[in-house]
Amino acid sequence: MMEAINTSLIDWSRAQFALTAIYHWLFVPLTLGLGVVQAIMETVYYKTGDDFWKKTAQFWMKIFGINFAIGVATGLILEFEFGTNWSNYSWFVGDIFGAPLAIEGIVAFFMEATFIAVMFFGWNKVSKGFHLASTWLTILGATISAFWILVANAWMQYPAGMQFNPDTVRNEMASFWEVALSPVALNKFFHTVLSGWIIGAMFVVGVASWFLLKKRETKFALASVKIGAIFGGIACLLSIWTGDGSAHQVAQRQPMKLAAMEGLYEGREGAGLVAIGLLNPAKTQHDDNKDPFLFKIEIPKLLSFFAERDINAYVPGITDIIEGGYRKKDGTMALSAEEKISRGKLAIQALADYRAAKTDSLKQQARATLDEHFQYFGYGYIKKSSDLIPPVGLTFYTFHLMVILGGFLLLLFAVATYLSCKNKFENKRWLQWTCLISIFLAIIAGQAGWVVAEVGRQPWAIQDILPVSAAISNLSAASVQVTFFVFLALFTVLLIAELKIMTNAIKKGPQID
Amino acid sequence: MAKNIAIRIFRFYWDGFRSMTIGKTLWMIILIKLFVMFVILKIFFFPNYLGKFDNSSDKQEYVSGELIQRAINP
Repeated sequence: MMEAINTSLIDWSRAQFALTAIYHWLFVPLTLGLGVVQAIMETVYYKTGDDFWKKTAQFWMKIFGINFAIGVATGLILEFEFGTNWSNYSWFVGDIFGAPLAIEGIVAFFMEATFIAVMFFGWNKVSKGFHLASTWLTILGATISAFWILVANAWMQYPAGMQFNPDTVRNEMASFWEVALSPVALNKFFHTVLSGWIIGAMFVVGVASWFLLKKRETKFALASVKIGAIFGGIACLLSIWTGDGSAHQVAQRQPMKLAAMEGLYEGREGAGLVAIGLLNPAKTQHDDNKDPFLFKIEIPKLLSFFAERDINAYVPGITDIIEGGYRKKDGTMALSAEEKISRGKLAIQALADYRAAKTDSLKQQARATLDEHFQYFGYGYIKKSSDLIPPVGLTFYTFHLMVILGGFLLLLFAVATYLSCKNKFENKRWLQWTCLISIFLAIIAGQAGWVVAEVGRQPWAIQDILPVSAAISNLSAASVQVTFFVFLALFTVLLIAELKIMTNAIKKGPQID
Repeated sequence: MAKNIAIRIFRFYWDGFRSMTIGKTLWMIILIKLFVMFVILKIFFFPNYLGKFDNSSDKQEYVSGELIQRAINP
């Protein structure tokens, strides 16, 4: 008899994956954002021929290079973890997950790797135009790389374009384009890349502000602030649009996540969006009739609009999703969690029957049952309906933190743009300090976004199809704990090395003045 | 002609790497990191869990058994 999977193993494996992803996500957004800023500066150099812009672009390119070098290949550790800690998942999704990752590795990474050499070594060796094209192609390669990774992640949030094969026990790709161009994938790509642009822009404005505080490299710093602030402001505005798209997609595909993001337990028509709120820690059950909030300020009807593009639309809450019985947009009645669990068990039993069947007719019968209920397959592993509720507090607070910080950064970029265009930024020391500190706020906002996306979809590894309890390998929790701390030590050392090298390079400055 | 291009590309990279200043430290960090990842972590801490099976058929049997049993004995 197989040993039961304990929650400690799941928690440590998730913690290890989260640690790796958080570490990886320190580098990726800076690569995406800083890359565009330096390319813009080189474009100005190409247009004007002014050596100042060349030195400015070269300085940011050096910082980009340090970040790129330290961050390179950290994402590979996530792939190791898939193979070791999440082997059932890896087998179950192999064909679909493998394709975007392979494209990422072959096309985008090699594109990035080829042109990055010209970008760093090619100054004064290739023409200005070719060098500029290489710089943009490096950034394009990095961005395409991000696209394929995000396609893979989006498929976990919204599994589309596949067919489950009970013979191989794998999901096989039925439509490449449904996987690559799913609305969730496209929206996730734009929203994530824009968050990278914001972090990169904030980094440029913050570091340039440090030079102004030190009264060094003034011309360089003011030029960097202006370009960074304009670029960051545009990215913030666009991210409002993609954020709205994300909320809409979550409402359509992952209503439980949306309910957790908003602390919405009881669904209603014309639901308001909680702008600021304090959750009631005494509320521990979805059906305990306690008020979920100690305090909240709500914007009337806005959640209904984000979710359904209709200010009077019904938005289900956590209790409604668990109990079912409400009418969905397509006119059908929502099933209760218990009903989904029953159907999931039927699907899993059908898989067992299919694999044990000795005759074609028995196989066909089992296959028909499996196909009918496969959309609920993962529910068969759920022990009790309340296990379907993600951690509401963490999801709610990280979502609101991300939104509030996003709003703050938009305001900051707007003020910085205005003052730098009016040549008044140089004397505003309070603003320079704010910009410097805000580098960390931008990073926190980006990380919070990932926490919302990944914690908010628990307990699923693949939405509705496979929970983490079934996806995980049958390892000992102790071995995962050991690797967690090995990683923590390794990442800490690397991070210290990066910060030391990067701060030394920044302190040295572009040496233009 | 092709040989000439290959030599020029080689020299491009050679001169580029030689003229690096901070890059040498970064390359050292990258090499140490790749060594730690691929030689230490991958081999000792992160073996392919399903790699113990000889063929796809055995992997299918194992994963299907896991998926079915975990629903019965969660």
